[in-house]
Amino acid sequence: MRKANWLLLAMALLLSVFLAACSGGSSSEGDSSGEDTGTEEGTDEGTSEEGGEASGEQVLNLLDTSQIPTMDSSHATDAVAFQYLGSTMEGLYRLGENAEPVPGIAEGEPEVSEDGLTWNIKLREDAVWSNGDPVTAHDFVFAWRRAIDPDTGSEYGPFMMNDVLKNATAINNGEKDVEELGVEAVSDYELKITLEKAVPYFHSLLTFGTYLPLNEDFVTEQGDDYALTSDNLIYNGPFVLEDWDPKANESWTMKKNPDYWDAETVQLEEINVDVVKETSTAVNLYDTGETDRASLTAEFVEQYAGTEDYRTLPEPTLFYLKMNQANEYLANKNIRKAIAMAINKQDMVDVILANGSIVSNAAVPVDFTTHPESGEDFRDINGDLLTTDKEQAKELWQKGLDELGVDSIELRYLGGDTETATEMDAYIKNQLEETLEGLTVEISSVPFEERIARDEASDYDIQNSGWGPDYLDPSTWLNMWTSDSPYMTMNYNNEEYDSLIKEANNELLTDLSARYDNYLEAEKVLMDDAAIAPLYQRSRAYLWRPSVKGVIFNPMGADFSYKWAYIEE
Amino acid sequence: MARYILQRLGYMLLTLFLIATFSFFLMKMLPGSPMKAEEKLSEAQLEILYEKYNLDDPVPVQYINYLGNLVQGDLGVSFQLNNQPVTDLLASRIPVSAHLGFQAMILGTILGMLLGLVAAVRNNSWIDYTSNVISVIGISIPSFIFAGLLQYFVGVKLGLLPIAFWEGFKHTIMPTIALAIFPLAIAARFLRTEMIEVLGSDYIVTARAKGVTKGGIMFKHGLRNALIPLVTVMGPMAVSLMTGTLVIEQIFSIPGIGEQFVTSVTTNDFPVIMGTTLFFAFFFILIILVIDILYGIIDPRIRLAGGKD
Repeated sequence: MRKANWLLLAMALLLSVFLAACSGGSSSEGDSSGEDTGTEEGTDEGTSEEGGEASGEQVLNLLDTSQIPTMDSSHATDAVAFQYLGSTMEGLYRLGENAEPVPGIAEGEPEVSEDGLTWNIKLREDAVWSNGDPVTAHDFVFAWRRAIDPDTGSEYGPFMMNDVLKNATAINNGEKDVEELGVEAVSDYELKITLEKAVPYFHSLLTFGTYLPLNEDFVTEQGDDYALTSDNLIYNGPFVLEDWDPKANESWTMKKNPDYWDAETVQLEEINVDVVKETSTAVNLYDTGETDRASLTAEFVEQYAGTEDYRTLPEPTLFYLKMNQANEYLANKNIRKAIAMAINKQDMVDVILANGSIVSNAAVPVDFTTHPESGEDFRDINGDLLTTDKEQAKELWQKGLDELGVDSIELRYLGGDTETATEMDAYIKNQLEETLEGLTVEISSVPFEERIARDEASDYDIQNSGWGPDYLDPSTWLNMWTSDSPYMTMNYNNEEYDSLIKEANNELLTDLSARYDNYLEAEKVLMDDAAIAPLYQRSRAYLWRPSVKGVIFNPMGADFSYKWAYIEE
Repeated sequence: MARYILQRLGYMLLTLFLIATFSFFLMKMLPGSPMKAEEKLSEAQLEILYEKYNLDDPVPVQYINYLGNLVQGDLGVSFQLNNQPVTDLLASRIPVSAHLGFQAMILGTILGMLLGLVAAVRNNSWIDYTSNVISVIGISIPSFIFAGLLQYFVGVKLGLLPIAFWEGFKHTIMPTIALAIFPLAIAARFLRTEMIEVLGSDYIVTARAKGVTKGGIMFKHGLRNALIPLVTVMGPMAVSLMTGTLVIEQIFSIPGIGEQFVTSVTTNDFPVIMGTTLFFAFFFILIILVIDILYGIIDPRIRLAGGKD
């Protein structure tokens, strides 16, 4: 009898779960954050508040959506890796407020030669690795050579150093010896860097993860085990990593590094990180106080928007339609313009994305770089160049059809297969077909790798694509659309555009103001041609504990800087 | 019996070899490469990388090399988790998934069998109907809904159990329950149907006539015969539960193999895809062997080693 009672109880319990299931609605599965093209860089809002006082326990609990793929700076390629490298390692410079590079291991500002090709940097003598070794100029030479050496198999080494450091490209191709790289240790605390050309954004490049130093003795001694777990690493940054073992755990801890040269600035004692991919789980953990930050997907925004914990951080990541001019219809400028103007982008960001993303009407994002002379934002100078205008779109469309001598067009549309991507693509198809009479859009939603393969093969008519910046310069947005660029897969070719960019990358390298003007002009040409149809600039929506202060959001490299962060209870 | 098992092991090796071959060539047909920053690198840069990682060899050469390493027990290193040996990855992730799957399987099977048994004995009573409803719900509603509801009500609202992570027995309770619902429903349905059929068969009537006790009839004659189809279904289910379940692992942030496997496929992490596929295949074949042996034990009429026994 006792057994039967127990059984009844168990069944009643189960039943109550099921009944709850019937009434409780669904949607516990969040979707991944839309369309990404690989590396996502951070945001530009330096919203750290000055003048606050740290109080209460200085422990920060965070979530991340992905495991750290690697802590080896030569092999890091993505936002998560750069995030934790940035928190635990120190390069020559570090991005501070408003994306200004501030001295790290470098003692002060660099000494740059007249022609901009030689950089002399003095290093501070009080910086040490967590094993006690001093951080010297040799550590930089070793790390940079390692990153460019083809035997290392680094992806971002050549990507960040080719055509920047002297001989980098030739070394990576195997044509020159790695010792010939344009970096040398003049003394233990003096570094001399030689550039291939006067790269205007080199200062900010020095804050990037690929340019971090490595302790040769330690790395060589560890061999293949280097950076496999937090025990196979040494650190020279604000925090040290503990309990990180990506093959077994999905959590890790960062502790304040007492040996950091600027340890007195660092206020946080501990940062605990857990990997949580499911947004509903993250929100539950936030609601119960187990984490101080949770990133939100569109379906949760409505619930939290307006609360003091809700924050959106705009990122300099742009999304746009690539229109392949190998297609005879898309070769017509009026047709391209009509497509670019026919989509109601405001509704798209408000309803489908709903995370604070903003409409993009050009090819360079808001709050990314400023004019070297006037200090004005790139976007403020050039303004909106390709906006929604359905009436004009209809006119241009008709004109285009007349020029082509057809009355209907069918186009293949290539998009991603995530939930947000498919929703957005369906919306765009609908907008286009509704506005432009005679247009049929055939969507294929494919996985990321497949989309990249088709992109490289120029196998699409229209493609929904995106880009995150790699350094703080308008060239990261505009160099890729020249006719000889490997990223320009849509057969766009405008001599004026090419020559403006070419000039900016050569004779204007030392005239920064004129160079910037060239980029402004180039963007106008690009948009007038409607070479791409801009869609939106992405934002991320978060729940942030209001007591967490002083976190700096970076537009590239590590998304967040915790060096200056503190908790004010 | 020993000869039979030896023979089966031989087939197992052959099957594994075929699976390794098919998966290798299928995998090579996937678009893209395991390079993480592929869309940012130029053709020339990619070629240098392919050469470094031996991805530029003709596929048959890569295949021979792979088999060579495999025979020596070397599964290579991951691209996604840079340089992490695949064997270490599998060795630390699979036990977690297996642990969770095993708990769910045991809980689901035992509760399900009890439910099915009671339903069969009290055929057409309210218990039977309740059991039916539970089974239908358990089969038709996906486990992540249960997981989400449990997490919200038990974890957030009542605060009884941890919301996520894998840090001790307490943390395993909710994912186990969420995962156990499906095997529970399946076990209950199968056992009920089989039991009703078996209990109505002639030899049960004979047993009753001989005066065998009710319990004796139920367990010795009834249950034993009703178990056969259940074992057939539960075997493969055990494999799928114990080799990692993407959604449950994701919802409760469990460091298992399920999620790792999916990521490896989407990022073309060849060594991890191959290592995981081979392990899953091995496990599956092993379970099938165990089931075949179990058949013989449950029902001696089923002979394994054809001919003399």
